[in-house]
Amino acid sequence: MMFAPAPYLLKDVSVSKVMTQVCLALLPGIAAYVWLIGPAILIQLLLASLTALLAEGLMLRLQGKPLGLFLADGSAIVTAWLIALAFPPLAPWWLIVTGTAFAIVVAKQLYGGLGQNPFNPAMIAFAVCIVAFPALMSQWPPAGLDASFLEQCKVIFGFSPRLDALSGATPLDAMKTGLKLAEGTSSVSHLMANSEIYGQLAGRGWEWVATGYLIGGLWMWHRKLISWHVPTAFIGAILAISGALWLYDPSQFASPMFHLLSGGSMLGAFFIATDPVSGCTTPRGKLIFAAGAGLLAYIIRVFGGYPDGVAFAVLLLNLCAPVIDLLTQPAIFGMKDKS
Amino acid sequence: MLMNLFKFKGGVKPPTNKTQSLTLPIAQAPLPSRLIVPLHQSIGGMPQPVVQAGDKVLKGQLIGEADGWISSAVHAPTSGTVLEVAMHVQPHPSGLDAMCVVIEPDGKDEWIAREALDYKALKPEEVRERLQQAGVVGLGGAVFPTHGKLTASKTVEMEEMVINGAECEPFITCDDLLMRERAEEVVRGIGIFRDLLQPKKVLIGIEDNKPEAAAAMRAAVDALGESFLVVPVPTLYPAGGAKQLIRVLTGKEVPASKRSTDLGVQCFNVATAYTAWRAIAHGEPVVSRLVTLTGNVGEPRNYEVLIGTPMDELLALAGPKQDTDGIVMGGPMMGFMVPNGSAPVVKATNCLIAHSTKLFPPKAPEMPCIRCGSCAEACPHELQPFEMYWFSRAKNFGKTQEYHIFDCIECGCCSFVCPSRIPLVQYFRFAKSEIWAREREKKAADTAKTRFEFKQLREEREKAEKAEKLAKAAAAQAAKKAAEAAAAAAGTESAGTEQAASVPSTEAPAQAVAVDAEKEAKKAAIAAAMARAKAQREAVQPKNTEALTAAQQHAIDDIESRRSVLAPESQDAAAPGSEKAE
Repeated sequence: MMFAPAPYLLKDVSVSKVMTQVCLALLPGIAAYVWLIGPAILIQLLLASLTALLAEGLMLRLQGKPLGLFLADGSAIVTAWLIALAFPPLAPWWLIVTGTAFAIVVAKQLYGGLGQNPFNPAMIAFAVCIVAFPALMSQWPPAGLDASFLEQCKVIFGFSPRLDALSGATPLDAMKTGLKLAEGTSSVSHLMANSEIYGQLAGRGWEWVATGYLIGGLWMWHRKLISWHVPTAFIGAILAISGALWLYDPSQFASPMFHLLSGGSMLGAFFIATDPVSGCTTPRGKLIFAAGAGLLAYIIRVFGGYPDGVAFAVLLLNLCAPVIDLLTQPAIFGMKDKS
Repeated sequence: MLMNLFKFKGGVKPPTNKTQSLTLPIAQAPLPSRLIVPLHQSIGGMPQPVVQAGDKVLKGQLIGEADGWISSAVHAPTSGTVLEVAMHVQPHPSGLDAMCVVIEPDGKDEWIAREALDYKALKPEEVRERLQQAGVVGLGGAVFPTHGKLTASKTVEMEEMVINGAECEPFITCDDLLMRERAEEVVRGIGIFRDLLQPKKVLIGIEDNKPEAAAAMRAAVDALGESFLVVPVPTLYPAGGAKQLIRVLTGKEVPASKRSTDLGVQCFNVATAYTAWRAIAHGEPVVSRLVTLTGNVGEPRNYEVLIGTPMDELLALAGPKQDTDGIVMGGPMMGFMVPNGSAPVVKATNCLIAHSTKLFPPKAPEMPCIRCGSCAEACPHELQPFEMYWFSRAKNFGKTQEYHIFDCIECGCCSFVCPSRIPLVQYFRFAKSEIWAREREKKAADTAKTRFEFKQLREEREKAEKAEKLAKAAAAQAAKKAAEAAAAAAGTESAGTEQAASVPSTEAPAQAVAVDAEKEAKKAAIAAAMARAKAQREAVQPKNTEALTAAQQHAIDDIESRRSVLAPESQDAAAPGSEKAE
């Protein structure tokens, strides 16, 4: 006879509920995104989701794992949404399909599937695509894009030529190249005066997308889906290094607020560095992991060759996560004093 | 009451489900058709039966004698006839049988002569002895013999005595009602423990969802003029775990590697204190206990139940509903499904929950761990359950020990919160039992090794002794020869002295001769055995050539004749060789 083991009472939780809540937490950011760029992002979200489910289903089938159970866990959708939000919204359809398929097939399923991937699959997709298709991955539409939904769809699906008017550098990229090209003659305040690209605090409109992620992230923290450690350390590290350099030379280094509200900072702080599978799990480990990622992200975006550094920073710290965890094991009940 | 409480990390808040069984007072369960009393009802030595089939017993009569210091006596729960002393299924997840005394009640419920005692007139060791003889064990569920916990450490001063009335498991209310209805006797029992251990403080911890119990206990403490503190503790599972309650009340953390007395604390359950008082002051051994009947039943309630009552018979009192598909003994967090409804109530049985899939829905399928860390947050011992799970699964037991698997109290908090529905506690039990099994194997191997080494040593010593004897004999012979030579050289010495000189030395050669003879005998025996074996071999005929049919014989003859025609030379050539071999 087989008996179910205790506990018989269980909390009403499941992996799919966790993932669903993560998706819900992304909604404020997505709403701001739609308001800023237009509904094209929804197409990309859909494309990524479909690709992720298809790729996941195929891989599960090949491994003989139960399809329904694993497709319903929602983890593939979370990966897909993060990819869609990290990719340029008007990138051609095949770019996001390639990225998502790579993330699911190689970065997730080939490592053993849910819970086994050492790297954040969404960031793998971003890194692979920005290395393979640097031009396409760097073309971002300006805020308040004046293009109809149909026009955007045409661009995405390749029925319309890629208009230069529809794409340009990100605010972060523009800042870096602006400072580099006109070394010594240009300053942050000078560049920020360009109201086409910049708003009051950071990239025009993008500050509100970042604020949307912040709101969703705080909600996740409130729901105890994530602990305070990762976002605090990630944001803290960016604040510290950007603040120090900004105080040192405000004309050559953008303000901490600019860095927090630009690029992938907020998405990274609340949705990417908090990935429990590929990140650290001990409290001190989380702090070290996230601080390291924040620091590295800033260094790459300001001094490195890529427009934003969150993806590479997180991936590099993913590498260190097991060691950090091993070295930061907390003392257990009754073993805190050294005697 | 102003008292600084401490917190333990982790813990969970499952729905308490306690109100159902609290509406009615404690009732006396009727005599069952028969009582199955397991002899082993405490941690420690297996009590020996002192009755046999056919014996008449009285209520409270000794039926199993304590075996050793950590062991506790067992008594007849009512008067009647012993039907048998036999193996019977136990309320244990293993479903294994154990030795039980089966008693058919005579319906009179007639007590043995009970001796009421003033324990203050007794020496401490006498009190402990009486507790052991009365079968007083920890009724919180661990059933550790109580007398074993009532000796204060000689090196560490006893600071606090913690009395556990927390009762944190959902559904269970027997301690609650005990405190409400029999607070005075509980407090008197605590008094016995206090007098034996002499702690500086006595703290009675009761979860704050039991205000009536706390009020009753406080009133009893005041009425008896004791200085015990009744402390409401926050309702948080597992606040009733001894180590958690000690932490909450004293701030001390007892790791797995230490006993609480090493930190100057000792902890007892309220029900244990009650039975201790009944045993000492009324001479009543532990023959019954309070059991909560609840879950999927019509009338949840607490009953005073005789030890040995079959569970299904008992549960029938509460009216289990149609869809009941099993009985859980203990709470829903740490309890287990009893393998068989006929298993008896034992001293550890605090609660029976009628199980149904409506009450406890089957678990969702197990998903892979996503390292979300919920388990680590919920763990009251601040372990890393997901790491222990990983290594248990991989059977890397050394690693599980590095992550302190033996500090796990199996409270089930981690399983409760796991979104992947991994039965974590099961993995840890598996790992622990594997480690124990390996330790046992290692110990057995070590013992065998020592035994073998000792044998080798002994053989070598014997050999050396033999060699020494032979050497001595040879030396003696040489000395004798030398003496003979010397005598010959002297020439004229008398034959009498020569003989006298040779007498002591003849013994040694005789010994050598004896050894040689032994060797010869051995050789002969070996030769004889070899001859016997050879004869046996020859005696055996290949069986497949017997009883051949005419056709087979014909075929064989055919082959033989062809062989002789085809290879006459090689046969010839082989002939001398084969002859030689013979």
